[in-house]
Amino acid sequence: MSERSRAGSSGPRTNQTAKRIAFGVGGVVLLVAIWELYKALGPATGVVVGDLTILPRTTDLAMPHVWDMIGRLFEPTGGGRDAMPVWLAVVQASVFSLGVAAVGWVVGVVVGLLLAILMQRFRTAESAVLPWIILSQTVPLIAIAPLVRRWGSQLEFGDFSWENWMSVAVIASYLAFFPVSIGALRGLNSPDTIHVELFRSYGVGWWKTLFVLRLPASVPYLLPALRLAAANAVIGTVVAEVSIGLRGGIGRMIIEYAQQASGDPAKTWAPIFGAVAVGLVAAGFIALLGVLLRRYRRGEVPA
Amino acid sequence: MSDASDITTAPATAPVVPDAAVQVSGVDKIFTGKKKATVTALESIDLTVAPGEFVSLIGPSGCGKSTLLRLIADLDTPSTGTVTVFGKTARQARIDQEYGIAFQQAGLLPWRTVTGNIELPLELHGVGGAARKARVSELLALVGLSDFAESYPDQLSGGMQQRVAIARALAESPRLLLMDEPFGALDEMTRERMQTELVRITGETGAAVVFVTHSIPEAVYLSNRVVVMSPRPGRIRDVLTVSLGTAQERTEELRENEAFFENVSKVRELLHGEAPVGIRGVETR
Ligand SMILES: Nc1ncnc2c1ncn2[C@@H]1O[C@H](COP(=O)(O)OP(=O)(O)OP(=O)(O)O)[C@@H](O)[C@H]1O
Ligand SMILES: [Mg+2]
Repeated sequence: MSERSRAGSSGPRTNQTAKRIAFGVGGVVLLVAIWELYKALGPATGVVVGDLTILPRTTDLAMPHVWDMIGRLFEPTGGGRDAMPVWLAVVQASVFSLGVAAVGWVVGVVVGLLLAILMQRFRTAESAVLPWIILSQTVPLIAIAPLVRRWGSQLEFGDFSWENWMSVAVIASYLAFFPVSIGALRGLNSPDTIHVELFRSYGVGWWKTLFVLRLPASVPYLLPALRLAAANAVIGTVVAEVSIGLRGGIGRMIIEYAQQASGDPAKTWAPIFGAVAVGLVAAGFIALLGVLLRRYRRGEVPA
Repeated sequence: MSDASDITTAPATAPVVPDAAVQVSGVDKIFTGKKKATVTALESIDLTVAPGEFVSLIGPSGCGKSTLLRLIADLDTPSTGTVTVFGKTARQARIDQEYGIAFQQAGLLPWRTVTGNIELPLELHGVGGAARKARVSELLALVGLSDFAESYPDQLSGGMQQRVAIARALAESPRLLLMDEPFGALDEMTRERMQTELVRITGETGAAVVFVTHSIPEAVYLSNRVVVMSPRPGRIRDVLTVSLGTAQERTEELRENEAFFENVSKVRELLHGEAPVGIRGVETR
């Protein structure tokens, strides 16, 4: 009712938001429906063509019921007397991973921005650094994880000692800095000649131009890059937790629970839900950032 | 009408005029492109603009009007010759903020409100908040946009954006205004209103103006002198002194005036390099 009676200009927008939410919920419902439908109707041995399984088995082991997965969340993790419920364990692990990913994201964004600013300032830096930035992303994660860990363990000054979670954060930042540096460079170079010449006519230096013109103008390019960086940081954290063997996070939990899959198939899915939730929180944070910076997105063509 | 000049005192080719607003002497501008293709955009240009004088540059497309303006603004440097602005080098004059500039596009920053855009140069040069506020409200009144102080550029019409750009150019009360087809993108009606406003504003501020345009009536209506240029290589073909009175005397009625049409046909004559035939009527371009 109160939504209806609002001013006309906000009408279409609230309508759109409602539509989006409906689509989001509908998508999840559809996924659950397909899952259960296939489980009910599909052959127990799965669909096999030759030696190749193209659709999974429909046994409870391979495809537990959705309600079993959800129900399992509210049961204790193990047999122990003071075992906590699965959902709490998953939330704790998710928060831990989210924290590590956030550190990685921040480091990656700072490094990416600094690289972009350097490349904007010096053309020679662009031709010298840009190929390395692109090349850096072709190195597989599995290869760098042990390296980072080994180098980190050699670091020690004063009270500071390298911890495993830092290695994970470094790897997350390694994946996060790339889209930021590329997006920010495009954004910093995006002001029209007319604007650049206007600032030149004001006789202001490069730094002032950077802060008053180039950085604000780069926001429309920066936001998608930050979103990509957040997704990369989350994926990097989960994968690096596994390859470095960091306990306490969602990555390690996925492996641990998967090993118990034969006896407790529904439990396997709990940390996967956790990983999805971490991704959603990260995406939500970027969306919030976009709202805070909406002033700088005027004239941006809605994608 | 006689060519008796009113404000113009400096001869076009004087070696040094100490109190000139702009002095361009012996300037060539040659662009060297890739594959050694060179374009002589300007050749032996001599031009002096007195303080408070309104000078228009007119000529066919590609004759180097924008290039000349950019040299005065120190957005580019001449290949030979010198440009001085109020007795300083163009570079020094730019650093000292001796001029305000407006281009064909308004070039407003989309994330700043009208107020934010107008106070941009003041902010960049460290003018205090209170002084800024006072100056902006003055300028908003001058260009008639007081009601739109907090609007964003995308909420304004093209003509309103252009007025904001002019207010921004005037923000630091420059003694010299450089304008490159500032009304080029406007419709005829808005354009005439803006011209009237510009005459009033320059009359009030006493700034010298170098104004690039494609429109003969616009040049005649606004200017004390019209500089007619010819292309390839860009040269000053002739300079016409327009004697239509002071800024206060240049009202809307002037557009219907016989003397106005006479000057329009003179400029057209110079532009085409031939005597005009037929009616001396209103022309649109
Ligand atoms: N940066 C540049 N590099 C090379 N050539 C240029 C450059 N800028 C201008 N020119 C050339 O100089 C000549 C004059 O250009 P300019 O922009 O000054 O013309 P204009 O009189 O302003 O034309 P218009 O009325 O179309 O704006 C043109 O032939 C153009 O090709
Ligand atoms: Mg031009």
